Amino acid sequence: MAADFVIEGLKATIEGKEILKGINLQMKGGEIHAIMGPNGTGKSTLASALMGHPKYEVTEGTATLEGEDLLEMAVDERARAGLFLAMQYPSEISGVTNSDFLRSAINSRREEGKEISLIRFIRQMEAKMKELDMNPEFLHRYLNEGFSGGEKKRNEILQMMMLDPKIVILDEIDSGLDIDALKIVADGVNAMRSEERGFLVITHYQRLLNYIKPDFVHVMMQGRIVKSGGPELAQRLEADGYEWIKEELGIEDETVGQEA
Amino acid sequence: MAKKAPDMEEYQYGFRDEHKSIFQSGKGLTPEIVKEISKIKNEPQWMLDFRLKSLEQFYKMPMPKWGGNMDDLDFDEIQYYVRPSEKQGKTWEEVPSEIKETFDKLGIPEAEQKFLAGVSAQYESEVVYHSMQQNLEDQGVIFTDTDTALREHPELFRKFFGTIIPPTDNKFAALNSAVWSGGSFIYVPKGVKCEVPLQAYFRINSENMGQFERTLILADEDSFVHYVEGCTAPIYSTNSLHSAVVEILCMKNARVRYTTIQNWAPNIYNLVTKRAVAEENATMEWVDGNIGSKLTMKYPAVVLKGRGAKGSVLSIAVAGKDQHQDAGAKMIHLAPDTTSTIVSKSISKHGGKVTYRGLASFGRQAEGAKSNIKCDTLILDNESTSDTIPYNEIMNDNIILEHEATVSKVSEEQLFYLMSRGLTEAEATQMIIMGFIEPFTKELPMEYAVEMNRLIKFEMEGSIG
Repeated sequence: MAADFVIEGLKATIEGKEILKGINLQMKGGEIHAIMGPNGTGKSTLASALMGHPKYEVTEGTATLEGEDLLEMAVDERARAGLFLAMQYPSEISGVTNSDFLRSAINSRREEGKEISLIRFIRQMEAKMKELDMNPEFLHRYLNEGFSGGEKKRNEILQMMMLDPKIVILDEIDSGLDIDALKIVADGVNAMRSEERGFLVITHYQRLLNYIKPDFVHVMMQGRIVKSGGPELAQRLEADGYEWIKEELGIEDETVGQEA
Repeated sequence: MAKKAPDMEEYQYGFRDEHKSIFQSGKGLTPEIVKEISKIKNEPQWMLDFRLKSLEQFYKMPMPKWGGNMDDLDFDEIQYYVRPSEKQGKTWEEVPSEIKETFDKLGIPEAEQKFLAGVSAQYESEVVYHSMQQNLEDQGVIFTDTDTALREHPELFRKFFGTIIPPTDNKFAALNSAVWSGGSFIYVPKGVKCEVPLQAYFRINSENMGQFERTLILADEDSFVHYVEGCTAPIYSTNSLHSAVVEILCMKNARVRYTTIQNWAPNIYNLVTKRAVAEENATMEWVDGNIGSKLTMKYPAVVLKGRGAKGSVLSIAVAGKDQHQDAGAKMIHLAPDTTSTIVSKSISKHGGKVTYRGLASFGRQAEGAKSNIKCDTLILDNESTSDTIPYNEIMNDNIILEHEATVSKVSEEQLFYLMSRGLTEAEATQMIIMGFIEPFTKELPMEYAVEMNRLIKFEMEGSIG
């Protein structure tokens, strides 16, 4: 069944301050949605709040995946329900190898006694690493420790490929990537496109969308989606910037906390 | 949410057996008891004199005013000598059946078959089982309990016994010297390399027991040996005392690795003195894991006596509810170009307390010596504490001393990251902890690493959520 991801009236606060002020979004399997917007408008908060980061408190609204209430679930349950967040700043975990971590993550989705065999796992991981042009030594490196920015991003995409999620949120996956790395990451994402999987691509540069073609583009300002459209919206933003939207909507300061 | 785990304070080796010992000294410590021990063991006069002198020393010395709280340690409530059986077994069939069952439960005979070159099993005060592979014996390796060594290798024994840690060293060394019993004696001849580890296992069974094994390891020039010790005991509401003395001599170019996995029950005071002397280009490595006990005070030391000698201490300490691990290391650089490394990893949880207490000392002759010390602590909750107390003594300008200490908590960001990939909070926490101690576990022989990981996982279950 195609993933069906619905966000309605989502509001979230951090330390009492409201950052998301009612987000509405519907996604289906096979679709790629892009969320664009200048810095400080709540894009990354949306990503973290959907995944269940403890810093953010959801105060109103719903988010469901295939009819299941995500907001009722713990972070790990959301992950096992099929949500994946490629993070802007992935954590480093010393002493835990990339492969041990990823194998545990895969096995967390399997029943006891049906764990993936080591050989099969290593074969899969090596194949995916090759696609992402990653050095095989990253199998045995400690998770993200000492990775460059670009290596961390590739490692996020590697995890996405291995975990086979239903809804993928890419939070500024393009930041810190040079053009070659960007192409590799985009190829990885495109290879994962399918009717069963939806993508929510968060970025403030249009550049990424040249490589990952979105079906829908949404613009976020002041903690809300203020404009939605097709791929042509991204083109216009690339050409004209965000000012025209602000003028159109009478927004002076687009960051969160500034009301029109 | 997180899987429901068993109570973490549960201690899985807390069972006891009903074996009746053939001799018990009764509680308390007197010269008569010391004489009785020596008589039962049929010791030479010099050893009796040594014991009695040590006992005087013990009476004379005050309790240490530093370290852990020993207010509940009552020397009059301890049994100083318990002889479990008449003779030592060379096969497990010769060991009294209750005792054998206990060691079976602890997995010792199984481990022996799989990956050990020699095994010594001490129960209460005496070694009840001992064996070593024939090929090591053929190469002249001596691995025996210390009482047997006194009888069968009197010259070697007397030459080195008590020379590295004299009875006057500290109150507990004096106590051990007065009432010592059991422990291991190892001699590795010149050039002999024991590729497979030798293991000793120490088990306390009775209540209010005092276990005072004495170990002496002599590694002759160019030799190598890896000695592993493990220890457990039943849980009682009263306290027991384990106070060992371990002396090691690494002669020129020799290498000794001494691995401890200490998992005493939470009613045991573990007050141990361990010291090695490393001669020219010799290497001494202490790998020291402290998980159990009520209070551990233990600071494995290396006296770097010969040029180019190397010393290392790699330790982990885990302190839970009502536990204090006051552990560390001492590196005494007495010769030029000596190097030492200390890596200490501590975890405190459920109100436990971990203290790193270390000494890096550089004498006048320690020209070009180097020491690198790294202490990392992971604190799992707000009730638990940690301290780092490094002492440095530097008598030579031309040395390098590096010290690095970190204290951290399991971070929210790390947990979120791991959980966002599908791991439960418990699994994620465990993964972070296992990663934290990985520098330690990777130094263990594979079988022990597996066991260590299992132990730590068991300890950590239920520590969150």
